[in-house]
Parts: sequence; structure tokens; C-alpha cells
Amino acid sequence: MNRPLKQIHLAAHFPGVNNTTVWSDPAAGSHIEFASFTHFARTAERAKFDFLFLAEGLRLREQGGRIHDLDVVGRPDTFTVLAALAAVTEHLGLTGTISSTFNEPYEVARQFASLDHLSGGRAAWNVVTSWDAFTGENFRRGGFLPRDERYARAREFLATAHELFDSWDGGEILADQDSGVFLRDAGAGAFAHRGPHFDISGHFNVPRSPQGRPVIFQAGDSEEGREFAAADADAVFSRFASLEAGRAFYADVKGRLARYGRTPDELKILPAATFVLGDTDAEARELAREVRLKQVSGATAIAYLEHVWNRDLSGYDPDGPLPEVDPDPGENTIALGRASVRQFRDPFAVAKEWRELAAARNLSIRELVIETTGRQSFIGSPATVADSIDHLVQEDAADGFILVPHLTPGGLDAFADTVVPLLQERGVFRREYTGRTLRDHLGLREAPGPAAPGALTASGRTAAHR
Amino acid sequence: MPSPSRPFSLSPSPALHLAVALDGAGWHPAAWREPGAEPTRLFTAAHWASLVAEAEAGLLDFVTFEDSLALQSAHPTESDGRTDQVRGRLDAVLLAARVAPLTRHVGLVPSVIATHTEPFHVSKAVATLDHVSGGRAGLRVRISGRADEARHFGRRSPDEGRAVLLDEAADHIEVVRRLWDSWEDDAEIRDVATGRFIDRDKLHYIGFEGRRFSVKGPSITPRPPQGQPPVSALAADSAAYPLLARATDIGYVTPRDTDEVRVAVAGVRGAREAAGGDPGRPAHLFGELTVFLGDTRAAAVRRLQRLDAAHGSAYTSDAAVFTGTPVHLADLLLEWRAAGLSGFRLRPGVLAHDLPAITRGLVPELQRRRAFRRSYEASSLRGLLGLARPANRYATPAAAPVPARAARA
Ligand SMILES: Cc1cc2nc3c(=O)[nH]c(=O)nc-3n(C[C@H](O)[C@H](O)[C@H](O)COP(=O)(O)O)c2cc1C
Repeated sequence: MNRPLKQIHLAAHFPGVNNTTVWSDPAAGSHIEFASFTHFARTAERAKFDFLFLAEGLRLREQGGRIHDLDVVGRPDTFTVLAALAAVTEHLGLTGTISSTFNEPYEVARQFASLDHLSGGRAAWNVVTSWDAFTGENFRRGGFLPRDERYARAREFLATAHELFDSWDGGEILADQDSGVFLRDAGAGAFAHRGPHFDISGHFNVPRSPQGRPVIFQAGDSEEGREFAAADADAVFSRFASLEAGRAFYADVKGRLARYGRTPDELKILPAATFVLGDTDAEARELAREVRLKQVSGATAIAYLEHVWNRDLSGYDPDGPLPEVDPDPGENTIALGRASVRQFRDPFAVAKEWRELAAARNLSIRELVIETTGRQSFIGSPATVADSIDHLVQEDAADGFILVPHLTPGGLDAFADTVVPLLQERGVFRREYTGRTLRDHLGLREAPGPAAPGALTASGRTAAHR
Repeated sequence: MPSPSRPFSLSPSPALHLAVALDGAGWHPAAWREPGAEPTRLFTAAHWASLVAEAEAGLLDFVTFEDSLALQSAHPTESDGRTDQVRGRLDAVLLAARVAPLTRHVGLVPSVIATHTEPFHVSKAVATLDHVSGGRAGLRVRISGRADEARHFGRRSPDEGRAVLLDEAADHIEVVRRLWDSWEDDAEIRDVATGRFIDRDKLHYIGFEGRRFSVKGPSITPRPPQGQPPVSALAADSAAYPLLARATDIGYVTPRDTDEVRVAVAGVRGAREAAGGDPGRPAHLFGELTVFLGDTRAAAVRRLQRLDAAHGSAYTSDAAVFTGTPVHLADLLLEWRAAGLSGFRLRPGVLAHDLPAITRGLVPELQRRRAFRRSYEASSLRGLLGLARPANRYATPAAAPVPARAARA
């Protein structure tokens, strides 16, 4: 290939509330104390990462009608902890996952605009569309949104937020003490939006922030999710970190951009990726196996099986064979509040595949779950891992990765110290930050806005192609 | 009838509590035109960090951050379209969080509008502020009957009436508080032997069913370090006293003189008895004052006149307006303290001038009179306010320590 080497983008996902996170390790620290967040963010910044990423779920997960107790439970409020992290970092982007279902555009737009001001232009929003009535029970409106409207609301929500961000062009505040003119323009912040989901008007009360608009992320695999990303997102948080699946997803989503008048470099594809490092590849493989054993206890293995089978399997021995009984075909009610439920779309097919694999390799329930779920994306010496990451990016399986360490808060330390220098030596990862905003780090152009003549708002752009 | 001159605070000492209300460049509409106001920096973190550092250097109990879901406006329900005053503001919870890691002692109390927000989000946001500040978070709740704010949400009519909004705010606070208790302190067990991260019997559904909404719980955020961060609200008149008594730890009132202080103290005390609930609510009653300070009374008056001239009309406020020296202000605060208030939320007319006049003039004067702390005596906001860490309402009685207030009763 004679095109120039692609520059890799790297991000740090604070360990989440699922079994990827190993809490039983003696080195595992608090998931709530701010010191953990500070340590994690400063490591990412020391390694010159593009951004830190926080996931969010608005109801504690349940298994069999009770709160799931086997994984880490509990997290802080996204906006609040990101604003605090802005005080202890200088360059690192701050990406928060915020639902377009259980929020209102005026409030979310001012939270992101405020975060962008308070971080000097480092805010990003991962727009997620969780719609379920289970989560809705925590909110005034309840579970008001039918599933098939989740992206309609998300797109209108985002378009409305963009109208709010763009209601200030950045030149309004004169603040001339002598003449007494604070605002040049009495119409600053004026907006009016009328649509099926939002009918709002008035004045947005946060002046234009350094980035104009926060960087927009999308995470969701469905056809509508991909279309949403192609139309409106700056980056996609995907599940596909392997070469083949990554290339297919990358080509599919980037292939949709032209229809929206966008070029491939305007949307970054950043899969979630886990890793285990060792001095040698063999040592890393051994460590990876140990980590998997900690991630999948016997009880966790049964819980996984229950997601697929959609029934109580607590009587089964995790070290014994798979159940003979078939999955319950009804609506999945066993596991609530987790994204992975929707991964297992056809439980009968999954059960069949798992039984065949278990029979062929003589695997127990626990061994099978270790084998079929959540294997680490990158396993090896620093040189091997650096090589794999670079290869995947240069081969267009990704533009970079959102790394999900399995330990809080130190899970990123070794990566920062050993893998990042190798990527820097190859000339594929920055040695110093060259810009100040997250848009700068990601190589995204300035947000369109009223100041940029001819720019279309997100709603304008999509409307033109309907 | 308790004597109206008895201090509102639980503490018998004459010491008073001091908070400062931060907003833009200060409370006078022309504050941004004063020397040192740096009006182009109002939307930077540095502006807020230096204000809060000044408050902390003055050993203040806490700072509040004003907020609204519309542009600032002199009109009661609509945007006023003015361009000669500060317009635009940042989210108060985020501001408080942004300065939390830069400070160590001062309490951080953002304003939240109950009318248009989700109690679930508010509860975890303030819990998180408490986690990132090491136990220094509070919450100041407001209601909004403004038409402009209602149109920004498009979900409800602005004409529901103040009584409805106040009642709903009490429900909102109840949900926020229950969610703070929805995790017991020792819910996280990390029991490697059984593979359980939490003891799920120590997480609780709050099952709130109100007239206007219901919330299931538990929170996604563990119990904040203070257990219950202090909740506060301003009562513009006696219609809001029941809210203070039902739901708050600190009430703010706006008397104009010492007689009005006595009336307000008696009124809130009456509401407290009528509510028949927690006799400690509110534990504190603070007076609100907008202050313009000077080395002499004449100098302070001249400053206010200069500001009024720049603004084009005389400053008016819902609260008392004080012009004078820090010594005069200390006299007034102690007189109102003796009439039953336990503290004050001062609104600096011009932050660049009046905040340092409070921290470097008023505070030393109060210290000389043994009416204010000489160093921070506690590490949490509850601690500074003399409030014990409360037991969790959901904890099994055997495990729960006896609450300090119940023991006294
Ligand atoms: C990698 C990845 C991470 C996600 N993280 C979150 C999350 O943190 N919180 C959340 O509510 N949803 C999360 N989601 C869910 C999606 O945003 C989306 O709501 C869901 O997948 C349904 O949309 P879909 O049908 O397009 O997949 C995530 C999805 C993916 C693929």
C-alpha cells in the first residue's frame, strides 16, 4: 500500500459493570471513589490517549427478578464525574454515554455545552437509545417509548440539540465594560423546534462552547443504528475488533457516508477492545486464561447460560454438561437491564451451536462460556499487541480502539508504559498532543454552525436526503 | 411556644454559619462593569475556581451556584431581551463538580430546578458530587413557574400554580433522598468466596408512588459519603414554609429587618411543628442579604450609586440590601442571629469586590467576636453545619446507630 500510514486513535474505557471487570483481584480498587477515576484518566493522558469513555445504564441489572450481584455494581453520574475529571486533566477528551430516551434536549444540550466550556473543548456524547420499560420505571415518564421509535427519537433529539448548540454563533458576547453592551445581539440563543418528539422554543442559555458542538458518538449495531451513525455521528463505538468482522463493519458504515455528503474520514470507527499483556506471548496467553477464569466464575457461567436459555438454571453444575432442556422461546425476562441480551438474537441457534461445540471439545458449562464469550481482543507481548493494533488500523478494520481494561484503576498502566511507546516509534501514534480540543485529537473538522456559511444542521442534512 | 429568639441551630453556641451565593459577576445587574469583573471570563473554569478558592480561604461553610433553565431575565415569566446585563450561564452541578477537586473544605451547593428535572438524575448527580468532593455536596432546590422555561421543555403548562409546584418539589426531594439511602453503606462486600460483589439485601427499591410520578430505584450510584447531603431551599414567603419543614435541612428566608426575622423564625418553626415529621427540618434557617461593602458606609453607598447609575435604575431585590462596612454587617448579622437565624447566605453585589470583602473583612470581624470558626473543624458539609451523619432509613434497625436527633428528643 502506498497511502500514508494511518494515525491510530486510542481511548480508555473506565471498567464497566459487567464481568469483563475483575473485582476479585487484590489489585482491584474502587469503582466509585474519585481517586480511581483520577488515576485512570491521568494514565490515559500520560499515554496521550484521545479520550476517556464512560458507559451508562440507568437501572441496575437484574437476573431472575433480583439485582445481579456477581459483577461490579454501581457507578457515578456521568456528567458530574466528567466535569470533575476536567479539573485533573488538561488534554484528554471526556466522552459520556447519555440516553436520548430518558432525558430532554434542553437539559442535555446545556450539560454538554457546560462540560465543553469547563474542559476547554474536550466534551463528547455517546448517544444511546435504550428504550426499555424496565429502565423507564426510574423516570417520571416511565417506559413511554416503543422500541421501533428509539432511533426516531434519538435523531430528533440530536438534531434539536444541534439547533440549541448552534443558536449561539460565538460572537455574541461583547462584554464591553465602557459602553455597557454585554450581548451584541438580543436574539442570542433563539431557537424553535417543532417535531413529533419535541415541540420546544425559546432561548438556549449557554453561549457557544469551544468545540461548538460536542463530538458525537453512536453505539448500536442495528440497521437504523448504522444509518444514524452515517448521518449524524463523528465516531462509532462498535463491537467488532477482529480483522474480518471489523473490516466488514468499517466498510459498511463508511460506505453509507456518501449519501449524506460526507467523506470517510469524517466518521471514526472505534471498536471496544480488551487486552492482556505479558513479557512473552506465551506468558500473556497464560495470564489471559487466568483472567478469563476470574471473569467467568461458575455462577457467572450459569448466569450467561440463563440469558440464552431464558430460564432458571441455578440447579445446574457449572462444571458439568450443558442442559438438555431447550431455551424458553418467550420474551427474555431472565436478565434485565443489560445490552448483551439483545446480542443473542436466536436463542435456539445459539443453544445448538454451544451444544455442538461443548460435545466436540468436551467442555463443561463454565469452560464453554469462557470459550464463547468475551475472549480478549489483544493477547501478547507489547510488541505483538502493538503489531496487531497497527495492523488492524492500517487494514481498515478500525481507526483505533476504545480499550477496556479488566482492572480498576491500574488496568491501563502497563499498556501506557509498554505498548504506546512502540506505537509512537512506528510513527502511528502521537508523541505529544498537537491540539487542544477533542476534535483536534480525532482529526475532525470544526463543528458546523451558524458561523460557517452554507453549513447544514444535522436535521437539514438528513431531511435533504429523505 | 418556643421563644422566637432561641437560635434556630441545634448548637447552643453563638457562632453563625456563612454561605455565599455565586452568580455571574455578582448580584447587581451592572456588576460585570466593575473593575476586576473580567466579564469575558464568566464561562471559564478559571473564573469559578478563583471564586471558590476565595470562599474557602475565608473558611465559609459553603457556596451556592445559581441556575435556571432559561436566560436570566428581570421579567417574571419571560425573557426580557436585555443586552446590557450578563446573559447565559453554565450548569450548576457541573460547575460545582469542576471546582470540587481544586478545593478541600468548602461545601458545594448547586441549584436544581425540580419542576423540569428527573429526581433520579438529580439524586445520582449530587451523590456523585459528594463522592468527588469527599463529602462536601449539598443541593438547593428551586421550582419554576416561568413560561419561558416551560417552553424549553414542552412537557407541561406553566399555569399549574405555585402550590402544586411546591408540593411536587417536596416529592422530588423525597425521591432524591430515598435514592441516596437505596444503598446501605456496607452493601459492597466483594466476597470472593461466594463470587458476590454486593449483598443485594442491602440494596433497596424505593417504590415511590406520588400523585405526579413514581420511581422504582435503587439508584445506580452508591450512598454518598455524607449519607444525606444537606438539602436547602429558599422560601420567598410563608407559602413555602411547609416545603422547608417537610424536606430541607437548610431554609433560606428574606426578612428586611429584625422584626421580620422574628416573624420568619416563628413561621418556619410553626410549619415545622405542623408538619409533625422530622423535628430537625429544617435544622438551619439562613437569612439572605445582598451586600455592598466598603471601608466606610459612605464608600459603600457611593459604590451602589455608581452601579445603579451604570444600570440606569436603583437596585431592587427580593432580599434585604445591605450597604456599609464589614463591621456594620457583623453587627447586623449578630442581631439577626440573636433573633433566631442560624446563618446567612450572602449575595455579593459585585463578586470581584464584595466576595473578598466578606472573606477578608467580615470574617475576621466575626472571628474577633467569637462568632465564626478560625479553621475548618470538619471535613464534610454536614460536619460544618453540625449535622450528624444520618442512619439509613432502609437499614435493619439492629444495625442502625441511634440517630443523634432522636436521642435528644
Ligand atoms: C459497543 C457498544 C456499547 C454500548 N454501550 C452502551 C451503554 O453504555 N449504555 C447504553 O445504554 N447502551 C449502550 N449500548 C447500546 C446501544 O447504544 C443501543 O442502545 C442498543 O444497542 C440498541 O440499538 P441497536 O438496536 O442499534 O443495537 C452500546 C452498544 C454497543 C454496540
